[in-house]
Amino acid sequence: MSDHDTNADAYWAANKRLIAGSLVIWALVSFGFGILLRPLLSGIKVGGTDLGFWFAQQGSILVFIVLIFFYAWRMNALDRKFGMEE
Amino acid sequence: MSQYSLNLLFIAASFLLYIGIAWWARAKSTNEFYAANRGVHPVVNGMATAADWMSAASFISMAGLIAFTGYDNSTFLMGWTGGYVLLAMLLAPYLRKFGKFTVPEFIGDRFYSKPARLVGVLCLIVCSLTYVIGQMTGVGVAFSRFLEVENATGMFIGAGVVFFYAVFGGMKGVTYTQVAQYVVLIFAYTVPAIFISLQLTGTPLPPLGLFSETVKDGVPLLTKLDQVVTDLGFRSYTEHHSNTLNMVLFTLSLMIGTAGLPHVIIRFFTVPKVKDARWSAGWALVFIALLYLTAPAVGAMARLNIIDTVYPKGIQAETLVYEERPQWMKNWETTGLLTFEDKNGDGQIQLYNDKDEATAAKFESEFGFKGSELGINRDILVLANPEIANLPGWVIALVAAGGLAAALSTAAGLLLAISGTISHDLLKGALTPNISESGELMAARIAMAAAIGVATYLGLNPPGFAAQTVALAFGLAAASIFPALMMGIFSKTVNNWGAIAGMLSGLVFTVYYIFTYKGWFFVPGTNTLPDNAENWVFGISPLSIGAIGALVNFVVAFAISKVTAPPPQHIQELVESVRVPKGAAAAVADH
Repeated sequence: MSDHDTNADAYWAANKRLIAGSLVIWALVSFGFGILLRPLLSGIKVGGTDLGFWFAQQGSILVFIVLIFFYAWRMNALDRKFGMEE
Repeated sequence: MSQYSLNLLFIAASFLLYIGIAWWARAKSTNEFYAANRGVHPVVNGMATAADWMSAASFISMAGLIAFTGYDNSTFLMGWTGGYVLLAMLLAPYLRKFGKFTVPEFIGDRFYSKPARLVGVLCLIVCSLTYVIGQMTGVGVAFSRFLEVENATGMFIGAGVVFFYAVFGGMKGVTYTQVAQYVVLIFAYTVPAIFISLQLTGTPLPPLGLFSETVKDGVPLLTKLDQVVTDLGFRSYTEHHSNTLNMVLFTLSLMIGTAGLPHVIIRFFTVPKVKDARWSAGWALVFIALLYLTAPAVGAMARLNIIDTVYPKGIQAETLVYEERPQWMKNWETTGLLTFEDKNGDGQIQLYNDKDEATAAKFESEFGFKGSELGINRDILVLANPEIANLPGWVIALVAAGGLAAALSTAAGLLLAISGTISHDLLKGALTPNISESGELMAARIAMAAAIGVATYLGLNPPGFAAQTVALAFGLAAASIFPALMMGIFSKTVNNWGAIAGMLSGLVFTVYYIFTYKGWFFVPGTNTLPDNAENWVFGISPLSIGAIGALVNFVVAFAISKVTAPPPQHIQELVESVRVPKGAAAAVADH
């Protein structure tokens, strides 16, 4: 029983680390590059405006997609590694 | 073929398709009715989720919201997509593992409390019912513009179609009709956008066109747009004008609210496995992004096109002559959504920001303008887009069918969430626990029929606050449902009292803040404080308060759980089991 618990705890800790890392990027591209850090990026010009505008209207969405697929891929691998598959 | 016949043909053909699919996908058991037998492929579910989620607001209103405001309304783009990251990582896989049928059912089981489940039912019904009103109105508007029937007739036809596939098909029928509706709506949205992008920038992909140079003068589109809107006295398109704190909180509220909307969550109960729920969230966002990446391009291009139409020779005294206005203006004038008032009696149309004193004075002395004369309802942008760009009649008909698909697919998803919670949480879970499976299935169908009736009634007699209620739906989902679900999965210590107190305080706090500015129960004139930035606490608008409400929910739930008895052992084991995919079959076998 305790073996099982350690394994489950390690699995859950790995999941939480993955989520935390993903959410840092999630916040960085939307609230960061898209809004709060936009003035810092204003020097980088993209198609008639600046990089922050691109992140707010397109970049953040593209990164969100990559994040979800990355998470699904990593978690499915973790399921196998910890023997937690369905 | 006349435009009217084309519209009729496209709309009738799409409706027949939905009905055909519904007949093929009839539900025979509660598992089929609530969760499509958990046999939906993750990509298919992603597509259905995209249609479920993208409502009349996304299809009809969003591009207009961005067009007339610019950068500041990027909040909708980030908020309504960023929620899927939260859903994919914090909720969907674990709730799928839990393996039950409704959102309140998880809340009731995890917090071992019937009252908690009933609070969940209350939040779900308020959220979903307010949301569905907007869909019914959207159906009415689309019918009246494209088929020239009464609003009410349009709504009855729409309700009849939804009735057919939702009552008979349940989740199974809704899933496959939503897939067909997604295909219709995404073609309808992107085809005109591709043509317009080609005309303006020579780029067939609208998201790239937005950042390209215009064909006419080689200036980047956004630079040109900034130039003309500021020349007309409007605020620049790409700059940040709004309160930053409010912008962040509004985006966050939309994200949390999106993740907490029950009709979206239950879609993830239909896939076979936990890992499918993870993939499926990614696919949903891919399909949603096709529209969301197109929308800002549609908005910017339409704004530029309209200004070019009114000022064919650039910004000077000679503007568009009213008698020579293009056909699309005439069409939309008859709906009252586009208005013209010849203030200076020159028979020409002027459009500028006459509320900006410097511009108003300058244009009056230089050109003899006496005020802006063209009123454009921002909701007509997407629907009028093909006409503005002179596209062939079949594209206009396609957009008509697409707008209806967007409204109907979301309405069906919402009605499914409502009827499921009534038959499964209220009847089976509380009032008549001994109901048989066939009895529950019948109850679900009757609840669905009743919900359609109520939604149609509310669509016909929209409460004066219809437009405000979307704020309420997102606020409630963000402040009550999302935190309860997340704590139920990520904390073993939050107990029944904590969850109930948390949900209620998040709910009361959010509703109180919204009513303070929007009027009590949205009755005009009963607001405690005027609804403007000077009176908002720290400049936080009532639309952005959901994120703070969620915070209140978390803090109260943890505090109360700390001072009351911890959850019993079997609940802690339940939490452990939803955290791992292994052993999911056992949970399904309960049914």
